[in-house]
Amino acid sequence: MTPLPTSIDDTAAQLLAHDYVAERSLATSVYLALKLQRPLFLEGEPGTGKTEIAKTLAAMLKRPLIRLQCHEGLDLAGAAYEWNYARQMLEIRLAEREGVSRGELGEELFSGKFLIKRALLQAIDPGQPVPPVLLIDELDRADEPFEAFLLEVLSDFQITIPELGTIQALQPPIVVLTSNRTREIHDAVKRRCLYHWVAFPDAQREYQILMKRVPGAPQKLAEQIVAFVQKLRALELYKLPGIAETIEWTRALMELDAIVLDPDTVGHTLGVLLKYQDDIAKLQGAEAQRILDEVKAAMA
Amino acid sequence: MSPPLVRPEVSKGPHHLSENVMHFARVLRAAGMPVGTDRIQLALQALSIAGLESRADFRATLATCFIARAEQRTLFDQAFELFWRDPDLAGRMMAMLLPKVQAQQGLMTPSSQQENRRLAQALFPESRNKQGDSEPDKVDIDATLTFSEREILRGTDFETMSADEWIEAKRALRELRLAFEPLPTRRTQRAAHPGRADWRATLGVMARHGGELWDMRWRRPRERTAPLVVLADISGSMSRYSRMLLHFAHTLARADTRVESFVFGTRLTRTTRLLRQRDPDVAVAQVVREVKDWSGGTRITACLHEFNRHWARRVLSGRATVLLITDGLEHGDTHALAFEMERLHKSCRRLLWLNPLLRYSAFEPKAAGIRTMLPHVDQFLPAHNLESLEQLAHVLAHAADAPPRLH
Repeated sequence: MTPLPTSIDDTAAQLLAHDYVAERSLATSVYLALKLQRPLFLEGEPGTGKTEIAKTLAAMLKRPLIRLQCHEGLDLAGAAYEWNYARQMLEIRLAEREGVSRGELGEELFSGKFLIKRALLQAIDPGQPVPPVLLIDELDRADEPFEAFLLEVLSDFQITIPELGTIQALQPPIVVLTSNRTREIHDAVKRRCLYHWVAFPDAQREYQILMKRVPGAPQKLAEQIVAFVQKLRALELYKLPGIAETIEWTRALMELDAIVLDPDTVGHTLGVLLKYQDDIAKLQGAEAQRILDEVKAAMA
Repeated sequence: MSPPLVRPEVSKGPHHLSENVMHFARVLRAAGMPVGTDRIQLALQALSIAGLESRADFRATLATCFIARAEQRTLFDQAFELFWRDPDLAGRMMAMLLPKVQAQQGLMTPSSQQENRRLAQALFPESRNKQGDSEPDKVDIDATLTFSEREILRGTDFETMSADEWIEAKRALRELRLAFEPLPTRRTQRAAHPGRADWRATLGVMARHGGELWDMRWRRPRERTAPLVVLADISGSMSRYSRMLLHFAHTLARADTRVESFVFGTRLTRTTRLLRQRDPDVAVAQVVREVKDWSGGTRITACLHEFNRHWARRVLSGRATVLLITDGLEHGDTHALAFEMERLHKSCRRLLWLNPLLRYSAFEPKAAGIRTMLPHVDQFLPAHNLESLEQLAHVLAHAADAPPRLH
């Protein structure tokens, strides 16, 4: 476990050392979240590096990453803890044979031995040597009742198990929540967190990120790709390409040994960048050519 | 590096800083952002750690502490610019925030004219125009209609109703019993009858009885009502029906389910928040006042496109019932209209089209727009009198013929 960064600049520098190019305002939020021991709530378009920041933080601070992927119907048993029913039943059978008294069996059956720890409980487990980074990913995919489970964890870093009592973290974990904003998260959750909107990066930063993530990319190609994607984001598309798509596209183009963008290659690889058929149809042919011409004119 | 903070008080010491931050928070609160005392304390805590090196950091620090929703960012940015840049304006504002100091009219500088109106009202509370807060006309009418009068009222077209009938219809609408079709979810609840085993409860019982008693406990899927999304056309040809349907939407919003409502004429406006007002007349009046294109023209395709692009993924979630209220009289590109309708239909569970034109018994879908839209709706219903709205309530409460699926 490495110590926490000492300033905003330090945070940004350390993130950069781990290949994450953070905006100054994001670095501020991260630094404050670490210092104030508050969960960090990240919202933004898909593919802008929200999940990545949790992974980078874990690597940067040398802490384990515990990830909770949210989904519809996620409940306590899936997110926090579950009793090991099969073992409990075996225990009852054994107890019958050995003639254990009722009171003892009752206590024994709901002890830590039979508890299966899921992500949330793992994250605040007082028994672990290093407080981990807890990533609660795509919270908007879980249904609203689940958010209520989180309130106790987020504000006090504790979980109450009726049969066992309250389990509290000795050292609070670093919590990162992400949402793609397919629905609004309840204010009660947000109130406990620091909020940051992760926007699409500007051209300069996107280029920086691209060079960090795809080190072998030819400079000219990378510049063209960034300019092209930046132009795409100004169009009326159903789903704008994120940084993740830019990186994927660059890798795809490098696999095809492209040195510069040309209309044919762009047309054939649009599926890496855009995920809606209507968007792709809109860009095929003339439109892609037009944007490409603009990009080339601007760079000449 | 950004320029240092302009506000001279900030550097003087923590006392002035905390005061200013508190005032700033109060301005945000007055402008409609829910900034609680805990948030202010959090911000001060944060500022003691970071954020005083540069203006950008200061802004980022306050933003991360005060903002809770993406749409609050614009308001925050404008408020920040106004409050922390112009020392003169801020000074005047401080004066205004002190008790007993009356603000002067006309303090608004021309440059700030285009700033958010809500913000302007928060910064300059004196210049708020009062006309919006006037008391709604209170109409008290003895509502004891006889049975036959009620029957006639139920069948009367909204467009031909007299003022009294209109008021009575609104009252009847409020009394409408609303139930929504229950959908099974992936969550479970305790059940008395065999179904899914509830191992936790079963073993709890067994443990209490020393492991002897096999008393199974059960669970079953929990049910939740389908959320509802109302898309109402408010163009000229529809305005009277739309008014009544807004009342209907308001009644729906009080029901036990999530209701999102949008109105469209030449552009799409989200009215969910406006309709939360308890008094139906005030709520509907608010919508009419806020919506710029009331009784104007209509651009169905463009508005559906906007809905599909910006809202469908946020409010539909695959299980919603959509009520589309329009006469479907759209001119122009039917191709694009078909495309948007299909997309809308595919992203919701049920699409009900309410069309007041169905009041004519000999109605035939001849207009190109209507013919284009029809294949993409699940049900095509009239919505021109109370009776048809009662039918609609019935339709909403009962499952469609589609096979049930878990949500």
